[in-house]
Amino acid sequence: MNPRTARVAIHSDQDIVVARQKGRALAAEIGFSAVDATLIATAISELARNIVAYARVGEIELRTIDGPSREGILVIASDDGPGIGDIRQAMRDGFSTSGSLGLGLPGVRRLMDEFEIASQPGKGTRVAVKKWRQ
Amino acid sequence: MEVPILKQGEFLIATFQAALSDQDLESLRRGLLQQVVKFRSRGVIVDVTAMDVMDSFASRTLREIAHMIRLRGAETVIVGIQPEVAFAMVQLGLTLEGVAAALDLEEGLAYLIEKFKNID
Repeated sequence: MNPRTARVAIHSDQDIVVARQKGRALAAEIGFSAVDATLIATAISELARNIVAYARVGEIELRTIDGPSREGILVIASDDGPGIGDIRQAMRDGFSTSGSLGLGLPGVRRLMDEFEIASQPGKGTRVAVKKWRQ
Repeated sequence: MEVPILKQGEFLIATFQAALSDQDLESLRRGLLQQVVKFRSRGVIVDVTAMDVMDSFASRTLREIAHMIRLRGAETVIVGIQPEVAFAMVQLGLTLEGVAAALDLEEGLAYLIEKFKNID
């Protein structure tokens, strides 16, 4: 199957809503359950929120992917913001430097099946998460 | 998108219509507090049946609304959290601690009426 993709530029809180709605629509299109589509939409919301809070601008890319036995969805959140100095710390529940709840990244990891993060101070952040259809 | 706030006797009812941005949530917070003061309301129902996602910002704003309204001596109840939204909230680690929740509008109203019947 040809992968379907969508890109949403993240500049403001309005874009958070756009990104998660597109993610939900794409998930529903390839047969995710309502529960899983909501988990995906929630993860996208948190990732986009991190972009607005820490980097101000960035992008959410959505892509359908083929696994060995089933389809899934890949979400990539990228920005050229300040980056994360201590990724281990950022992945701990309750850690936040923006005055938010600090649930973002560890929460997103729980919502999705696969989670990858790459970040360097001053060089931005890239978070890639996948969820496979049950 | 503005959230309409309905006055129903001593209570206010705010119904989320669709996906709300952070700004919508903040203006709801302002609007609700103003109206609670203006109408001397005893209780507020926030109906989130239509809400697609409850992320960290939305749940924090709802908690703040409930706590501010409690400081006015009024009570807030959140109604209509969808099962899949509740599941995602728990996975994310979000709680609405200290905030009453009820299944739907009817049960939310019943909760508030019960709460205030001994005071009148």
